Amino acid sequence: MSDVLLDMKNVAIEGWSDRRWKPIIKGVDLTLKRGEILGLIGESGAGKSTLGLAAMGYTKGGCRISGGSINFDGQDLTRASNEALRQLRGKRIAYVAQSAAAAFNPAFKLIDQYCEAPVQHGVMSKTDAQKDAVELYRKIRLPNPDTIGFRYPHQVSGGQLQRAMTAMAMACRPDLIIFDEPTTALDVTTQIEVLAAVRDIVREYNTAAIYITHDLAVVAQMADHIKVLLRGEEVEQAPAREMLANPQEDYTKSLWAVREFRRAPPVAREGGEETLLDITNVSASYGAQKVLDDVSLKIRRGSTVAVVGESGSGKSTLARVIMGLLPPTEGEILHDGTPLPKLGTKRSRGLQRHLQMIHQMADTALNPKQRIKDVIGRPLEFFLGLKGAAKEARIRELLTLIELDPDEFMHRLPSELSGGQKQRVCIARALAAEPSFIICDEVTSALDQLVAEGILRLLDRLQRELDLTYLFITHDLATVRSIADDVVVMQNGVIVEQGPKDDIFSPPHAPYTELLLSSVPEMDPDWLTNILKNRREKPLQ
Amino acid sequence: MNPILTIVTKRLLIGLLTLWIVTVIIFAAVELLPGDIATEMLGQAANEETVAAFRERFNLNGTVFERYVSWLAGAATGDFGVSLANQRPISEFVGQRTANTFFLAAYAAAISVPIAVVAGMMGALYNGSVFDRMLSSSTLAAISFPEFFIAYILILVFSVSFGWFPSLANVDVDAGLGERLYKTFLPAMTLTLIVLAYMMRMTRAAILNLLALPYIEMAHLKGIKRWRVIAVHALPNALAPIINVIALNLAYLIVGVVLVEVVFVYPGLGQVLVDAVSNRDVTVVQAACLIFAATYILLNLLADILSIIANPRLLHPR
Repeated sequence: MSDVLLDMKNVAIEGWSDRRWKPIIKGVDLTLKRGEILGLIGESGAGKSTLGLAAMGYTKGGCRISGGSINFDGQDLTRASNEALRQLRGKRIAYVAQSAAAAFNPAFKLIDQYCEAPVQHGVMSKTDAQKDAVELYRKIRLPNPDTIGFRYPHQVSGGQLQRAMTAMAMACRPDLIIFDEPTTALDVTTQIEVLAAVRDIVREYNTAAIYITHDLAVVAQMADHIKVLLRGEEVEQAPAREMLANPQEDYTKSLWAVREFRRAPPVAREGGEETLLDITNVSASYGAQKVLDDVSLKIRRGSTVAVVGESGSGKSTLARVIMGLLPPTEGEILHDGTPLPKLGTKRSRGLQRHLQMIHQMADTALNPKQRIKDVIGRPLEFFLGLKGAAKEARIRELLTLIELDPDEFMHRLPSELSGGQKQRVCIARALAAEPSFIICDEVTSALDQLVAEGILRLLDRLQRELDLTYLFITHDLATVRSIADDVVVMQNGVIVEQGPKDDIFSPPHAPYTELLLSSVPEMDPDWLTNILKNRREKPLQ
Repeated sequence: MNPILTIVTKRLLIGLLTLWIVTVIIFAAVELLPGDIATEMLGQAANEETVAAFRERFNLNGTVFERYVSWLAGAATGDFGVSLANQRPISEFVGQRTANTFFLAAYAAAISVPIAVVAGMMGALYNGSVFDRMLSSSTLAAISFPEFFIAYILILVFSVSFGWFPSLANVDVDAGLGERLYKTFLPAMTLTLIVLAYMMRMTRAAILNLLALPYIEMAHLKGIKRWRVIAVHALPNALAPIINVIALNLAYLIVGVVLVEVVFVYPGLGQVLVDAVSNRDVTVVQAACLIFAATYILLNLLADILSIIANPRLLHPR
């Protein structure tokens, strides 16, 4: 039995777009030994997932493997028949998808989906597979391993689903598992459990794995080797510790450098601290379910307040209440000392103008049929009454402000922009109303790190130039560290802790803040091991 | 309470409400017809006594409200009053006719629904292939022709040329099941050809819609056979739209068969309706309309409820 399990040589993959084949992967080599974990990192569009799927002899619709060889345990997958590939998939090579919630079939129980591959591949009988499932559920530390399999996917939380999917990939005890960003959609506190579970089980069964992610700190915990991809080409590959300590290529270094962005300390304001928005004892609910409970918060003019917390903590609900999209059941919000009407539609146009919002998904926040000049022109017309040449001049000014060339971008459609450019247009749209206060709802979480950093720098510059106040909603603590003045930590609709950034980030912490802070992966490859050890010795709360 | 029970109860109540509104509209429409039914039927020369007797017999006395209530009470128990044309109780001859229509519809559905679902799945499985395109275009051709045309073609081929099936579907009340199935084969085929295309195309589209979803890709990556991916992973999640289009077509099988019944001289409800309209037999028209409307509403109600039940999130709440 050869030591090398997977040997991909000069693999090229093309995708069909604009009526021709365009290269996605441009000749990449990849070698994986039995039991070894390779981390595959790069920005979106680098071809990580495409390369990962190619290791299964699979391409997404509209793509094809156009060159090279993929040798899996003596079998060339580029030449194998569909039937031969089908028999490998699920049995000897398994796949763990990014979003477990979407990758589980909603119509069937978890355990039935677990048993499907072993039964269909003839590895074991249904009864044996069920017993095996319970065993693996226990190993992967799912709660109630005996019964959890009899639930439907929507009845189980995201972190648990992701672990159940890892167990499912293990069902036939494959030689190789492809993990395609398995923790990207999870909160940091949940991510840590999934990472630990994945690492343990892969080690226990000595399974080789390709771990795809864009998060360097995560890959540092998981991988033996790291391969960096950029636009379909390999940048470099090295053992994990070596790569982390001493990256060779400029691109790799730039990836490492992202986390070092810090904004300049705010200049002391003349005339002291003026409160722009004063939120007192606000509660809100969706139907009978209370999602905000007695939230009080003061936002100083010209400051950036970061709201952090897991999904479901009420961060976005707070934004909706401030914007008047969801009327609070109790409490009130003062803007410049005067109470805001609870419903946005009851607010005067002048008041609406002052409060603007930038959304997480720039993709869906832009009307795909409107050109950029119309997207930005609409608030100019609506709030400021600008028309004709004056409007056009202002659109040009705004585009220049967000560092996009007006001549090039004015007449484009959103589909002709990159993710970062779209988010810039959303920023320009918010600025067009000449607001004093902007809510940024996870504005960088859908973007790659380098692009996200550019957006953060832009927001920071705009704040200084235009005297803006930000409420910055995020789950990414690195972002908070780089841009916030004040931090608000939320959990289950309640503010757990709030105060100046330095106070929040230095001990002693509230228990939940501690949990949140300690769950953020660090670049140190031993971080996961240490943190798990610490937590077992000193359980929180 | 289980959310599904709440939703189903709500749907049932809405269905009943719709049905009630329909009875009001049908009754009101007949009321609005110009002229007095009694003088209309008996002629201008009829004497007072005859008119009074007629009114008594046909329940034409009393206020509109009283007459509506007694008509509704009768209809609810299956008594639709008396035919104006031949003075026989409507339920007597409409009952058998309705049963015939339902029989033909069930016959056509039993052939067309399985074929449509399987063909739809095959279309999705071999999406874009020659087979798929042949299937799509041939079924499209079938619905593009009017139903009487298809009926005549079938008669020409199967009864005139080959002599396999009779061209008349004049079944007796006491005909056995075998004889019924044999005699009504051609009308059932005609209906099948007409409803097949919609159901097949919807099944195909509903499944194709799902094929790009991550859980379908996941099934492929688990090494599941293509056929099983379609039948086991995609179909259960595509049920809601399929159920809806099937229900609509079943309703059409009952309500829209008039022409087919006329061509094959089949003693169904459609023929009754045609006769009643030409005889201005308004009480029979009323009864037939009510049966059609109730069928439509009940089938759609059933489809709604089934597609709610097909949603695992509702069926198995957290």
